[in-house]
Amino acid sequence: MATGQPTADKTQGCAPTPHWQKTFPQQVDSLFKYWALIPLLLMLLVFSIIPILQLFRMGFSTVFFEEGQVKWFFSGLDNYYTFLSDEVFSIALYNTTLFVVVTVSIEMILGFILALLASNLRRGSGFYRTILIIPILVPAIAIGTVWRLMYNYDFGILNQILKFVGLPAQTWVADPNLAMLCVILVDVWHWIPFVFLLMLAGIESLPIEPLEAAQVDGASIWQTLCYVIVPMLRPTILVTLMFRTIFAFKVFDEVYLLTGGGPGTRTEVVSMFINRVYFQQFRWGYGAFLSLVTIALIALFVILYNRFIKSRSLA
Amino acid sequence: MIIPRRWHWAIHLVLILGVITTLVPFLFTMINSIKFFKDIAAGSLIFEPTLVNYERLFFSKQASFHKNVTNSLLIAFFTTISVLVIATLAAYSLERFKWSRWLTGILGSWILLLHIIPGVTLVGPIYLMFRSLGLYNNLLGVTLVHTLINLPMSIWVIQSFIQELPCELEESALIDGCGYLGSFIRIVVPLIAPGLAAVAVLTFVFSWNEFLYALNLTSMNTATIPVAIAKFAQQYEIRYGEMSAAAFVATIPALVFLFVAQRQIVKGLTLGALK
Repeated sequence: MATGQPTADKTQGCAPTPHWQKTFPQQVDSLFKYWALIPLLLMLLVFSIIPILQLFRMGFSTVFFEEGQVKWFFSGLDNYYTFLSDEVFSIALYNTTLFVVVTVSIEMILGFILALLASNLRRGSGFYRTILIIPILVPAIAIGTVWRLMYNYDFGILNQILKFVGLPAQTWVADPNLAMLCVILVDVWHWIPFVFLLMLAGIESLPIEPLEAAQVDGASIWQTLCYVIVPMLRPTILVTLMFRTIFAFKVFDEVYLLTGGGPGTRTEVVSMFINRVYFQQFRWGYGAFLSLVTIALIALFVILYNRFIKSRSLA
Repeated sequence: MIIPRRWHWAIHLVLILGVITTLVPFLFTMINSIKFFKDIAAGSLIFEPTLVNYERLFFSKQASFHKNVTNSLLIAFFTTISVLVIATLAAYSLERFKWSRWLTGILGSWILLLHIIPGVTLVGPIYLMFRSLGLYNNLLGVTLVHTLINLPMSIWVIQSFIQELPCELEESALIDGCGYLGSFIRIVVPLIAPGLAAVAVLTFVFSWNEFLYALNLTSMNTATIPVAIAKFAQQYEIRYGEMSAAAFVATIPALVFLFVAQRQIVKGLTLGALK
């Protein structure tokens, strides 16, 4: 992310301040760099900084509505103790981790293979890319609906195929042993295209000379892949991996529509659980505490991941 | 690049398999949306096509789907406008002017944090805030939140487009007496128009698709399309035909933009993630 790096001062370095401003008051214009940033800062302040500060206040309070008014009571570490004895949250955390590891591994591998294959084609890769982008742009809720119908016991296409092959019909999302698998399948279907897109862009921007050199030197396809393409593609792979991991951790829409976290707690994930604590159990304070825990976990992951990458690239 | 020509038929085979896997769920839904209920339930391949599901979706007495479509369109449109204005100004200011290191550092990390934390962690305090400000169950509230969550990626995309501009252009505009605002509006904005188009398309689509905030910050008359579809799915009365029709309507913007602005979408998605 280049946003974190210092930006070169290009305009101020090479251009004088205009002395003959007529249409626009010069005093206002010379402050352009400040007021151009103000809308962003206002948005960030009101809708992200204040809410996160509120989370800290809510996380150590009991919050409820009384006659339409929000009431706050400081309750110290109550939410923390609830959290310690909360088995469902740890189940949700476990399910989410499992979900992230499985989906992201499959997506990265298949997405990479597909991109590698498509990059060989002189013509036609544009067509494949067009079709494969569709799932990225379609509402996750529509995708959930589509798959819910596919998983339907009576007329879903999956059971029709099973029937055709002569296997017994499955209840899919209602089956405790299959539910998680069903959700994983949908996510993999949804996000392989995204990995494919980024990887293809990465491969297409690679310089061609090293590949040609490898071929001249008589490297096999496998050797070219392992020793030339993958090392050159490393930055793209690492960034894609991080983003897919973080976004897979956010999973909500499809689970909400397909299983609602069930059967039992088989597909309960962190986002579903916090949403339930907030909007079905109305435990605002406890929900805020869980949100803080989640934010801390994700920040920790990103920091460790970046440190790991840096230590590896220096070695 | 590395696989010999004579194997290209195999590559096409694999990719066509991928295309089929991608398209089958959509086709299945589209076909279900033009079937009578009895044909859906029987899973029959030969059926008499009908538009009854769409009719019911939009024109039946208790139908509110046209309302949902209007809400979604309004929210997505105004989100796009405000993201474009806020993100372009901010990206330009951050990219072309001198700011102290700690400010850009903190701002950059905060924007990144905003991009990576799950929406559900902020929805609680935002809900409470909106209840007290009167923004709950209000299209403006959802628009503001959608603007916020689309800002990080938009800023990154626009920044990388500004980076590609040579600063001599703005420099000469300044010498000719344009002022900062003038050179921004007359020189920079037209030149990064392709980037702005990419941001606009993606923001519109993402706002149209967004579910979690829309679910929790709206109710009956302000609900967006995804919220309405989720309500369909939760009702015990089985309305598969209408569900399919609604899912199909929800995918229309994506399909339209895919044909009109495919290049911008690819560029925006790639830059937004890889920058």
